[in-house]
Amino acid sequence: MNITFYICAIIAIASTLMVITSVNVVHALLYFIVSLLAVGVIFFVLGAPFAGALIIIINAGAIMVLFVFVIMMLNLGPHTSRQERNWLSPRVWIGPAILSTVLIVELVYALISQAGKTAASEVVSAKQVGIALFGPYLLAVELTSILLLAGLLGAYHLGRRDSDNGEAKH
Amino acid sequence: MANIPLEAGLGLAVVLFVIGLTGVLVRRNIVFILLSIEIMLNACGLAFVAVGSYLNQPDGQVMYFFILTMAAAEVAVGLGLVMQMYKKFNTLDTNAINRMRG
Repeated sequence: MNITFYICAIIAIASTLMVITSVNVVHALLYFIVSLLAVGVIFFVLGAPFAGALIIIINAGAIMVLFVFVIMMLNLGPHTSRQERNWLSPRVWIGPAILSTVLIVELVYALISQAGKTAASEVVSAKQVGIALFGPYLLAVELTSILLLAGLLGAYHLGRRDSDNGEAKH
Repeated sequence: MANIPLEAGLGLAVVLFVIGLTGVLVRRNIVFILLSIEIMLNACGLAFVAVGSYLNQPDGQVMYFFILTMAAAEVAVGLGLVMQMYKKFNTLDTNAINRMRG
């Protein structure tokens, strides 16, 4: 089981790196789906099957399909990947990469300095999560539904077509 | 069940978060910036789940549920904004929208 975790961690890191370095949006999306599936397997290994199912159904399923739909609607041609390649010159990414490396060294050092704890001694089942969600977290669940409603309304408002006189008004 | 060190799970979350942060800083295409924000949110969720499974409590997964819902709402609104931006400016370059007035 340990080796599963480490293999999935390497897959997740490599595919996430491919997401932020690829020039084609669709390739980046496919790599991101691979990364999400790897993190989903990690959730199962860590004893969190509910979160593992959620990440595959909602994140890799619904959210990524949303991205794919929008990219299909935007209808980007091959000139955009050429433009992306021009934007990704070393002059652009070297500064943020150095800063991020410093940040990661710092955070990993902070983790290592208090080592010796073991995650995933047993499985936290979906039943326990459901009891927690509709027990102490009931108000937060209701607020989440309101957040989703707000997101729905916002997306509907932003995504509608300005058919007849929408352009003249703003 | 497996005996994975807590710092391995948290370390993976940290690495994924920093990769997402680098993506936000480096890329100029707004779709890639949205994807990088997704990566960062996902890394936060991974940290919650790792600590939740370390403590044997369901709260980590509950927090992951909330993060996921927030990410879904954020992506819906963000992609709506991307569509509007592409309609108005005909580009996905974030430098095209660096002024308050379109």
